[in-house]
Amino acid sequence: MKAIPPDSVGLVTPAQLRFAEPLALSSGGVLVDYDLVYETYGTLNSDASNAVLVCHALSSSHHVAGYHSPADPKPGWWEQHVGPGKSIDSRRFFIVGCNNLGSCFGSTGPASLNPATSRPYGADFPMVTVRDWVESQARLADRLGISQWAAVIGGSLGGMQALQWAIDYPERVRHAVIIAAAPKLTAQNIAFNEVARQAILTDPDFHEGRFYDYGTEPRRGLRLARMLGHITYLSDDIMGEKFGRDIRGGKLNFDYQVAFEIESYLRHQADSFVGRFDANTYLLMTKALDYFDPAGDAGGDLARALRGIKADTLVLAFTSDWRFAPARSREIVKALHDNDLNVSYAEITASHGHDAFLMRIPRYVDILTNYMSRILPGTSA
Amino acid sequence: MNGSRVDFRIIADWIRPDSRVLDLGCGDGSLLDYLGHSKRVSGYGLEIDDAHVGTCIKRGVNVIQTDLDAGLSEFDERSFDCVILSLTLQAVKYPDRLLREMLRVGTEGIVTFPNFGHWRARWQLGMLGRMPVSSALPHEWYNTPNIHLCTLRDFEKLCRDEGIEVLESEVVDHAHRRRLGLRLFPNILGEIALYRFRRAIAP
Repeated sequence: MKAIPPDSVGLVTPAQLRFAEPLALSSGGVLVDYDLVYETYGTLNSDASNAVLVCHALSSSHHVAGYHSPADPKPGWWEQHVGPGKSIDSRRFFIVGCNNLGSCFGSTGPASLNPATSRPYGADFPMVTVRDWVESQARLADRLGISQWAAVIGGSLGGMQALQWAIDYPERVRHAVIIAAAPKLTAQNIAFNEVARQAILTDPDFHEGRFYDYGTEPRRGLRLARMLGHITYLSDDIMGEKFGRDIRGGKLNFDYQVAFEIESYLRHQADSFVGRFDANTYLLMTKALDYFDPAGDAGGDLARALRGIKADTLVLAFTSDWRFAPARSREIVKALHDNDLNVSYAEITASHGHDAFLMRIPRYVDILTNYMSRILPGTSA
Repeated sequence: MNGSRVDFRIIADWIRPDSRVLDLGCGDGSLLDYLGHSKRVSGYGLEIDDAHVGTCIKRGVNVIQTDLDAGLSEFDERSFDCVILSLTLQAVKYPDRLLREMLRVGTEGIVTFPNFGHWRARWQLGMLGRMPVSSALPHEWYNTPNIHLCTLRDFEKLCRDEGIEVLESEVVDHAHRRRLGLRLFPNILGEIALYRFRRAIAP
């Protein structure tokens, strides 16, 4: 057992709340009742003014930071930025991570029991959108006694939730931090998602989403989806730097076993994904990404869609991110300054591609720390 | 940096309270910070340098990291009362285009630049045969970011050619002071020039 680092929030235990009031979804469907699993770090102050919501991306969860047990080999997904003395400082902020509806890490999702049938929802789990997540997170905030977030923060799909929060609940968000996101997906983004979905949907073990009933899961499809995803998370440069054309064992075997290191990497990522992630959740999450388009309700005019925002905003992008390139973040920045809103934008030089938002890059840390340091008046970092 | 800098005070005098301002090449945000406190202006700074962007964010100045040479196309026409270009004109690739852009997105413009016609610059180039180095132009020829240096006369000619009407101008010396001599011989004694201008109304 290794010691937990002192700049970690340490051992954490997820909490769970049941919501009995039905949630009307963007799709027209309704979730009659549902559970939300969440984690919190730090202490909510007396006037509940120091609460920060960290929204997760496609494959992550409420487990933002810390360890679930002393033997836990890996901390939460944003350990790099959340903890005592870190950019999002758990000594100053009360930090909340919430597992989104439709996920497979505890909140109600396709693998949960459908109360109407007493069997897993499977394909019957309704499609959920970014807006639906914000709505469910708002109910969680109500239950936690948080009427206004000091900040809502997220990267990638999490950044989209931060933006949606600022749109849907202008009075409840003082700051939005939107990292490596986009105001909507491009055709290319949707195309990648569709290939991933087809890999799952056409797997013979998918069984129309009812694979739980067959005691199996579409492993091949999910593996392919994850491999494809990982290609889009990395830049060509970082792939070249990390793997190049390095060959396992130093010689070619002229067969279809792993020859190049990049093949080994993708297979490893795929293998570790299967078993911990649900194929139906993957389908739902990619659809939530595809459908995200706040400008859609405003005739395609993003500035009009953001008109009601009151939050101050920090937008961050990474130079080598081609999944959600800096130009996509600039669209959000433009729509915000078109409305005379307080917005700052920084472009972080990083070779890691889209995955950079998960990394501890010194300038990224500085910018986030600087921004967070002025969010709470009367305290300084 | 602080508000005691005379160039800051001159700019503040030229700006109406509660104006919306765009500061091109805003550096560490000290001018916008000063104008925010002294004139309650709101707006944004554009800056390319990583360290400066970090400082702006820390002091709460709205900053957008961008390359001025890429233009101001993301800003709509007349979206600012005033667009400021402080000690940056000489470092951009296309000063003439940027001036036009300033008056597209703003009603008025303010430009400040180091005067290449200052006597010390003339002396170093004319008599010593060396590229000028001074407190206003601290770089050597090989490492200077300043690629489009000009004199007061040069700038005024560009304004005429571009149909830009100069509303006010000032010069200050290296200590950012205003003195009588400067008013008499601005293009010789002025180290920093400041201009406020707008698009000339067609006759």
